Amino acid sequence: MNTPLLEVRNLRVQFPTRRGLLTAVDDVSLTIAPGEVLGVVGESGAGKSLTGAAIIGLLEPPGRIESGEILLNGRRIDNLSPEEFRKIRGREIGAIFQDPLTSLNPLYTIGRQITETILTHLNVTPDEAKQRAIDLLNEVGIPAADKRIDHYPHQFSGGMRQRVVISLALAAQPKLIIADEPTTALDVSIQAQIITLLKKLCREHGTSVMLVTHDMGVIAETADRVAVMYAGRIAEIGPVAEVIHHPQHPYTVGLMGAIPNLGEEVERLTQIDGSMPRLNAIPAGCAFNPRCTRKGEIGARCTTERPSLMNAGKTQAACWLYSEGVATNTTNTPQSVAA
Amino acid sequence: MLAFIIRRLLQSVLVMLTVGFIAFSLFNFVGDPVSLMLPPEATQADRDDVRKSLGLDQPFYVQFGTFLGNAVQGNFGISLRLGRPVSQLLAERLPATLELAMTAAVFGLLVGIPMGVYTALKRDKWTSKVLLTGSLVGVSLPNFLIGIFLILIFAVWLGWLPSFGRGETTAIGFWTTGFLTTEGLKAIILPAITLGFYPITLIMRLVRAEMLEVLRTDYIKFARARGLTNNAVHFGHALKNTLVPVITITGLQLGAIIAFAIITETVFQWPGMGLLFIQAVQFADIPVMAAYLCLIGFIFVVVNLVVDLLYFAVDPRLRVERSGSGGH
Repeated sequence: MNTPLLEVRNLRVQFPTRRGLLTAVDDVSLTIAPGEVLGVVGESGAGKSLTGAAIIGLLEPPGRIESGEILLNGRRIDNLSPEEFRKIRGREIGAIFQDPLTSLNPLYTIGRQITETILTHLNVTPDEAKQRAIDLLNEVGIPAADKRIDHYPHQFSGGMRQRVVISLALAAQPKLIIADEPTTALDVSIQAQIITLLKKLCREHGTSVMLVTHDMGVIAETADRVAVMYAGRIAEIGPVAEVIHHPQHPYTVGLMGAIPNLGEEVERLTQIDGSMPRLNAIPAGCAFNPRCTRKGEIGARCTTERPSLMNAGKTQAACWLYSEGVATNTTNTPQSVAA
Repeated sequence: MLAFIIRRLLQSVLVMLTVGFIAFSLFNFVGDPVSLMLPPEATQADRDDVRKSLGLDQPFYVQFGTFLGNAVQGNFGISLRLGRPVSQLLAERLPATLELAMTAAVFGLLVGIPMGVYTALKRDKWTSKVLLTGSLVGVSLPNFLIGIFLILIFAVWLGWLPSFGRGETTAIGFWTTGFLTTEGLKAIILPAITLGFYPITLIMRLVRAEMLEVLRTDYIKFARARGLTNNAVHFGHALKNTLVPVITITGLQLGAIIAFAIITETVFQWPGMGLLFIQAVQFADIPVMAAYLCLIGFIFVVVNLVVDLLYFAVDPRLRVERSGSGGH
């Protein structure tokens, strides 16, 4: 693989609370290549959105990056001053959030919001910015863009607003977009349109995407690779087809089994018993061990020693089942980097 | 929007009718005006004559109608204490009160909004905490006490500013203004601060609370994610979204400032309507009290109407019918 566009090394995000430190993202390492779409899936509270927020420098205090590094094009960005980080946001890393209904300021026309973003980052005249805004709106499929540019957010439907949000994220041509649940708030029929649009635009612009979602359907449709997160850690990461069709980590296996398939008649969906541990009660060893159906095959190691990512088939899984093939890919093994 | 204005106007008329009715019933609470006007030895026939000539033998709704008819034309009768038309008295006093109230309101906005923004943005700074604690004092200290303190410090000890009156005034048509002379300007400072103290603290706390709320919204988060500068996020996006409630409260406060200038005017012997009203209360000068009540009611209604119209200027979501036609 060539130099990754984004490299996250051993990221740990913590929240100081009255009852001590909560580690919401624990030792997460991942890379995104130029033009690649990385899906990040997991249940609520698995730390996927926080990972995205940390990358874009928008962790809400008191949450903070406790350790680890984030590199964009080989340049470390997690230790930048707020002002330097601001210049990266929008310009090099764009973001799309879950709810298009609330992502736009209701008091300003969409045109003003787009040109404002362009003028902040690019050295153009207001007229050029406006023209560019109209082009962007055309590109995201908003009809009569030259008129619609003077409309307010409430005059657009949810799907249209998410298109506006996408145009805003792309306004200054960032190389990476963090899309945090971009379709969750939309109707199913609109979801497909938005995903198709996002995929098309990113392909055309060569933009990489970190697609955070809990919707495996969206991931299967869009992503090149996928990272499955559980209790703040990456449980499994690999090419999307492999993870979906040949999941290796017992959690991923359970997750895939729990997805209803339209084409097949299944008596019962499988389910994973129990629930994800709370952040203040993550068990020792593998975080998944209390729910794991294959714990018996390994023995005590699961409950005492924490597994890191290991080569497992064509993916990498953080599971002792694969301990004989400990991963050699340096970018994804915490230990080798930490050393 | 037109329908909205008409609806609000109708509501305003209803409010004014109610206020008028209350003002009208004041007359009936202080005894029979006929026995007040006639000497004790007057005969029953004399009394009936006077009663008839004053229209007091009519049923009350006819009397109320006459009262309203006169009130609409600005005729509130003759002051019992001063023997002059009430409308004339109020018109003389109105400029003083309005100038004081406006200065206090502008002062409240100019100081209150920046302080609110500051305390919201620099939440953890000690200066914010000092301001917040100080504002509690402002909210809870009674008006007259602040006025007396100010007089003590700036008029008695330091001798910088006058302690009472309006200074020299200039007449422009029917309006007398104190803004054109140094004396007048100096005279308005202390009463305006006194009157503006509560609005400042109120507006500051309100702006702060609203700002904190708005700063948590998704569109602010998204504005940050777009890499906008802090100034653009805070003042371009956040502040404007806090304005609707601020306008509401400021509008209501403006009415309240005018209405409750009574105390400040008394402390500073400011020759406004409030002082007139206090004196009227002491003399049971019912026509003045009734007229004052109606006027204050009217000012509240007008201010609220203006506030409603300002919403349209601030929030495009309310203008939907008008701007929607510009599309396709």
